[in-house]
Amino acid sequence: MNELSSFWSAWVTILTLGSIFGSYWLLASVRKGQKNTTDTNVTTGHSYDGIEEYDNPLPKWWYWKYVLLVLFALGYLALYPGLGNFKGLLGWTQINEYERDVAKAEAKFGPMFAQFANTPIEELAQDDQAMRIGQRLFSNNCALCHGSAATGGYGFPNLTDNDWLYGGEAENIKTTIMHGRVAAMPAWGVTLGEKGVYQVSQYVLSLSDRSKDATAVTSGKAIFDTNCAVCHGQEAKGNPLFGAPNLTDNIWLYGGSEDRIMQTVRNGRNGKMPAWNEILGEDKVHIVSSYVYSLSNQ
Amino acid sequence: MSTAFDHPTYNYKVVRAFTIMTVVWGVVGMGLGVLIASQLVWPSIFADIQYFHFGRLRPLHTNAVIFGFGGSALFATSYYVVQRTTQARLFSDTLASFTFWGWQAVIVAAAISLPLGFTQVKEYAELEWPIDLLITVVWVAYAVVFFGTITNRKMKHIYVANWFYGAFIITIAVLHIFNSLAIPVTAMKSYSVYAGAVDAMVQWWYGHNAVGFFLTAGFLGMMYYFVPKQTGRPVFSYRLSIVHFWALISIYIWAGPHHLHYTALPDWTQSVGMAMSLILLAPSWGGMINGVMTLSGAWHKLRTDPILRFLVVSLSFYGMSTFEGPMMAIKTVNALSHYTDWTIGHVHAGALGWVAMVSIGAVYHMLPAVLGRKPGEMHSITLINVHFWLATLGTVLYISSMWVNGIMQGLMWRAFNDDGSLTYSFVEAVDASKPGWAVRALGGALFLSGMLIMSYNTYRTVRASDREYALQANTQAA
Repeated sequence: MNELSSFWSAWVTILTLGSIFGSYWLLASVRKGQKNTTDTNVTTGHSYDGIEEYDNPLPKWWYWKYVLLVLFALGYLALYPGLGNFKGLLGWTQINEYERDVAKAEAKFGPMFAQFANTPIEELAQDDQAMRIGQRLFSNNCALCHGSAATGGYGFPNLTDNDWLYGGEAENIKTTIMHGRVAAMPAWGVTLGEKGVYQVSQYVLSLSDRSKDATAVTSGKAIFDTNCAVCHGQEAKGNPLFGAPNLTDNIWLYGGSEDRIMQTVRNGRNGKMPAWNEILGEDKVHIVSSYVYSLSNQ
Repeated sequence: MSTAFDHPTYNYKVVRAFTIMTVVWGVVGMGLGVLIASQLVWPSIFADIQYFHFGRLRPLHTNAVIFGFGGSALFATSYYVVQRTTQARLFSDTLASFTFWGWQAVIVAAAISLPLGFTQVKEYAELEWPIDLLITVVWVAYAVVFFGTITNRKMKHIYVANWFYGAFIITIAVLHIFNSLAIPVTAMKSYSVYAGAVDAMVQWWYGHNAVGFFLTAGFLGMMYYFVPKQTGRPVFSYRLSIVHFWALISIYIWAGPHHLHYTALPDWTQSVGMAMSLILLAPSWGGMINGVMTLSGAWHKLRTDPILRFLVVSLSFYGMSTFEGPMMAIKTVNALSHYTDWTIGHVHAGALGWVAMVSIGAVYHMLPAVLGRKPGEMHSITLINVHFWLATLGTVLYISSMWVNGIMQGLMWRAFNDDGSLTYSFVEAVDASKPGWAVRALGGALFLSGMLIMSYNTYRTVRASDREYALQANTQAA
């Protein structure tokens, strides 16, 4: 934790205590001169646009409430960190409270997740109890991008359709979740020029029988063979090693319209799946992997 | 509008102009509020038009109600009150008129630039740097007019309402200038000079004191004039006003960190913010007590005077929300309430219940007066009464639906299953909030319909006073 310099620590302490005691002093000194009777009709003598002022005493209950609040604040600042670098008598910090809570949760729930750690993913996918847990883990952590039905969305793969960028075997899925994936489709706009982008996009469209420009398809194929086949393959069936998608199956992560495909070719794409090992730990990743596996292997 | 009536001593022209704009911006700002509340119930309203997207209209709503409606009400009442309680004319008519046109220009600039997507993304300080500069210039002119008038006062003492207006003007200048310090990149883009947690802290030092000084101190000034005036009773306790004024302004300035509990803000800053926020309950209630107790001996007037009802109910909501605020600043409560609709409900308890109601009461008292009629002599007293019930019912529906939603969201977010996983995904809490959002939109619509009635009543009052003045002028000429 960063410490304040002793100057700033003193500054904070003096100003804070000064304000609290100052406000109490104000209260006490104004109260001191008051006449403790409310049945007076005597005003201060001022009159502004006909408005006069009584000088009634401060209500007792209000005075004591004020005093209690001041005492509470002082007590709180004695117990908790607040006065500069003074740590407070309880030694509390928000980080150590968080760590304590996490440790408590680990101790309580850890064994429940650990009991499934040695069951192979394929087998675990048949286990109802594990799949209930897996589904909740998925809702809490994965649904934000992949959707609560795991059918994905723009830029986020559908996990129910058996079309896999990085392979759909149990171990591939677990690797993806454990360590994350960083996809890198380069931007070809500068290299190919707008014409080249158009031609190669027409070729890609033709792979799912959707191109209307035969001439462009021919030139586009030449461009594809030189530049794109390295990752997507000669047949354009993709390569799970790089997460290069199959371009022939009419399933599109970033949209399959002509515009969208040209946009992808022109500007590239940088998909990112976070690594969950550090967030969830391997035991939970194992269960959620089984759940994802179960979605397309009923 | 009436330009005919001219007070022999005071500048009522600028007061009239700001008063009318209070009503206009009230309708616009609250109309936008109802629109965005409806977007939460029916998300497809204007979903495809970027200019009307929730994210762009929401800051426009807050700017229009706080600075358009609230700001105009503060300018109008402070100019009225400072003249009447010092018996001096405004320091400079030209500068006063400049503050009117300058301030309206600021709100219009907000209404154009925010839907276009220009924003500094600081809550209540969204406006980009050129508009910030205009605000600064207008505000300095405001200070000159106000304090110049105080200097010219005809008596020794300064009335308590003016202490509050003065504290509000000075503190807002400091807050606005320091929070808006930014490096311009283009004509409508700038970057804050602060970074990270410091930026967040400066923003909430500003943000909470926008509540404390703009929406509280300024309106307490309003309360201190219009409550004793409307009841015809002396202020309850001069002594109490001294304690609660100085305590309020010295403690409020510390409360900002409670907006950043359990974040990257250092622990000590959070603790100090929480401790001060709790103490703040006492000076806040000091103001409420002084207002409500001023009524002692005049409670029967509430039966017949809807303007007084607005003022007294506003004080009750002020007391309620200044109790709720310190409670929500306690870290354990905040852990439940933060980021939920409870916060929105709390803000509106203050904004609708306190700020809007006290302003509405003040306008109903003041508008006829600056038109040459008796204070409070609006076209229709019955319509004021209708307005009062619509506003009260609207506020109650708004606040209670947000309490229910807020506590429900907080509880849903922290519900655990036996395996330690969260019971609800985020979207389930969103789904469960929908009925509450519908009730909130209804509450807002009731409040807005009250404002529309007020507009009609205002229009009729202005027309009637024009006729009266013309008649009077004719009689004199004959």
